[in-house]
Amino acid sequence: MSNHVAVTVRVNGVDREIEVDPRATLTETLRDRLGLTGTKKGCDRGECGACTVLVNGRRVLSCMTLAVTAHGAEVTTVEGLSSGGELHPVQRAFLENDAFQCGFCTPGQVMSAVACIAEGHATSDDEIREWMSGNICRCAAYPQIVASVAKAAAELGGAAR
Amino acid sequence: MSTATRETVAGRVGDSAVRPDAALKVRGEFAYSSDLFADDMLWGATLRSPHPHARIRSIDVTAALTLPGVYAALTHADVPGENRYGLDHRDQPVLAEDVVRYQGEPVAVVAADHPETARRALDRIAVDYQVLDPVVDAELAMAEGAPVLHPECPGGNVLRHVRIRRGDPEATAEVVVTGEYRVGMQDQAFLGPESGLAVPAEDGGVDLHVATQWLHVDQSQVAHALGLPPEKVRLTLAGVGGAFGAREDLSMQVHACLLALRTRRPVKMVYGREESFFGHVHRHPALLRYEHGADRHGRLVSVRAEIVLDGGAYASSTPAVVANAATLGIGPYQVPNVRMDCWGVYTNNPPCGAMRGFGAVQACFAYESQMDKLAERLGMDPVELRIRNAMREGSTMPTGQVVDSAAPVAELLRRVRDKPLPPPADPTDPRDLPGGVANTTRGDGVVRGVGYGVGIKNVAFSEGFDDYSTARVRLEVLGGEPVVSVHTAAVEVGQGLVTVQQQIARTELGIARVTVLPADTGVGSAGSSSASRQSYVTGGAVKAACERVRDTLCALAATRLGREVGLVDGKLVTADGAVAASIADVLGDEVIERTVEWRHRPTFPLDPLTGQGNAHTQYAFAAHRAVVDVDVELGLVKVVELACAQDVGRAINPQAVLGQIHGGSAQGLGLAVMEEIQVVDGTVRNPSFTDYLIPTIVDMPPMVVDVLELADPHAPYGLRGVGEPPTISSTPAIVAAIRAATGRALTRVPVRPDDIALAGSASRPVPSRPEVPCD
Ligand code: FES
Ligand code: FES
Repeated sequence: MSNHVAVTVRVNGVDREIEVDPRATLTETLRDRLGLTGTKKGCDRGECGACTVLVNGRRVLSCMTLAVTAHGAEVTTVEGLSSGGELHPVQRAFLENDAFQCGFCTPGQVMSAVACIAEGHATSDDEIREWMSGNICRCAAYPQIVASVAKAAAELGGAAR
Repeated sequence: MSTATRETVAGRVGDSAVRPDAALKVRGEFAYSSDLFADDMLWGATLRSPHPHARIRSIDVTAALTLPGVYAALTHADVPGENRYGLDHRDQPVLAEDVVRYQGEPVAVVAADHPETARRALDRIAVDYQVLDPVVDAELAMAEGAPVLHPECPGGNVLRHVRIRRGDPEATAEVVVTGEYRVGMQDQAFLGPESGLAVPAEDGGVDLHVATQWLHVDQSQVAHALGLPPEKVRLTLAGVGGAFGAREDLSMQVHACLLALRTRRPVKMVYGREESFFGHVHRHPALLRYEHGADRHGRLVSVRAEIVLDGGAYASSTPAVVANAATLGIGPYQVPNVRMDCWGVYTNNPPCGAMRGFGAVQACFAYESQMDKLAERLGMDPVELRIRNAMREGSTMPTGQVVDSAAPVAELLRRVRDKPLPPPADPTDPRDLPGGVANTTRGDGVVRGVGYGVGIKNVAFSEGFDDYSTARVRLEVLGGEPVVSVHTAAVEVGQGLVTVQQQIARTELGIARVTVLPADTGVGSAGSSSASRQSYVTGGAVKAACERVRDTLCALAATRLGREVGLVDGKLVTADGAVAASIADVLGDEVIERTVEWRHRPTFPLDPLTGQGNAHTQYAFAAHRAVVDVDVELGLVKVVELACAQDVGRAINPQAVLGQIHGGSAQGLGLAVMEEIQVVDGTVRNPSFTDYLIPTIVDMPPMVVDVLELADPHAPYGLRGVGEPPTISSTPAIVAAIRAATGRALTRVPVRPDDIALAGSASRPVPSRPEVPCD
């Protein structure tokens, strides 16, 4: 542990202090150290989007992010989206539209969609497709993903922006 | 007497019921096989051969074992049972012995306290290889004098040859078209990599939590290799991140169990993406030669075909793939004279096995390309030609089997043809153009094309296989409410099988609260989640078990109430329709539990000389129309729209049916224009999502879908398998559309930009220039 680095990070609203290997990615740290396995590893090299989380409100690929760089940051994972048992509107839209099959890409899709809407990039189906294109779904639930993002955007006011 | 009113519960057969695992999945709480942890757990890793063909002179693991944190390093010498596994043939070593037959073949496994330590330990294992020339061409592998890769195989490198002879195989025809087609190696590329957790048990056995497609076939292969009785190898299904055929064969199952039993600690194995490309079988690459003969009115007289499927280094499910390609190889058409030969061949390429639509996908690309070619030769509309020859209920397959339920091939084609065409692209919006926002084109050189495809697939296992599923259904009263639990070993891979089981139990028993228990080997086999078979076979088993529970309940009620009653909408009802009692009243604290093994109608082997026989239990059909825009100069393709029509017999869950049609069509699109594992001299060149492209949300076109429900009287609720047909016909439809836009022959999938843009590959003139705005 001698070459480990102390990192303070606020994860889903809780301050966490952990010693991490400076080479450890945020994906590994969330999954293996903090037990937050909702964040998925589909490729570990920035190709699939399954590991998408929010860092200070912006979507990042956690597999391409070293955990040390999250020092002092606020990280939101899929586990931190819903409050008090209520599903986040994006989660609810995915559930109601059956926007997944195996569901392995879903946490990444959901996190990406939350950011996509907040960015104001969900004003049309074409725009949603463009700005959600970093998240692969091999089951190809794409039509339902577009519908879910549009629905959640309408609900969250993102579509009007 | 109860006065409760009768209510129909929601979420029955025919409803778009929400998946019972949906909330977990959107919350990130659904535990996939890669998410499992155990206290004290070790991490396993696999050393793989860098060579496609080599003799192993020696393996030395000593240096790996001296690395701190390493607990085991095992080779073939540590496999306690028979070092062999396989679905049809046990021809594959758990860990290579004297020879490796493909690049990526497992040679040794290690367990360490950290994944990084395990990886470093692999680097310390010394393997002395004598590199051999790989056999990489399937046709050459069949030739006299080729190096024999499996000396025990009686056919040399030919693992299976299926011959079909129908009518006069030498029949002549007025119009003849020939063609040679190739299909590249496609990968299932499920998003959740191979993974699992093996936990050693007190009794000397092992508990394995794993993502698979068929728990019991894994169990028997693992037990065989471990030298344990099957009851000491218990499997529980962990969350499956997609399958598409790639989880039918073993990957890390035996390895993790070996390591767990050796170290007496739980061992987790998770493949990375690159390793995943080597960790499972792929879709068979194919070479297909066809000759279609027709009369001048376009009526098919004969089809003669030769298909060579490259099975790669091990058998996997190649024999079944060969049978499918052969028996379905002329497509959903009536043809009096057929001569078909299909071979599955061993090479030193990556092993190939199951992928969605297997065998049928390869053949469909070829026979549909031929139908277009024939239509062109005859000057006929390609849809009209297909309709003229379309099979229907009562038609005879080339195997002599009579299709004895709906086969609405012509209707499916008419439906996709008659959909309105999408508007032209907006040349000012790059998102509308091939190449998208990369802004590679401004619309000059962009030509639109429309193409059609229709396909046929067998549902469930064929050729006399004892194909069954087991369901245990339990009814009890909890908190005053009747509750049903359904227990099967059937694997949910994302297709929605847990939802279907729940819907069936609700329908049969009229009870809202239905729990589908985790799938495990604690109940009898359910067979594989493949061949579009689970709604049919496990659905049939759940239905039958519910009926037994219902009969038992009604008999019990009759004794208690002193009169005959039936179960209607969850209430015990007399012949005049009055509610006699609630289930809770009758059952009290008794439990009714029934287990049923259920089979579809038997199938029969194919005659080895003529290929005649009732080999399949059900056929399924889908048709596509594809509209594409092609930049003919840059070779870029944008699929603008896909229309699909499919007969599903009965849509048990319409929403899930739609998802299957979208998903299957997208995978067919991938095969048409982007997906191929590039294998050069037996070596995979693109094992990553950077270099192996799969369709993104931008590549996925809007879809117009028509679902027909023409009941199959032999199947539960009349349903017909759904998952595979849409994968089959989307590929040829898209390629036909690209041909229409470009005039290129395009005899190989995936179609690459070079095939379109580079001169020299055209067999027909490019369409007249007026369609190209500027030049
Ligand atoms: S796991 Fe990070 S992008 Fe695929
Ligand atoms: S739901 Fe399976 S990968 Fe998206």
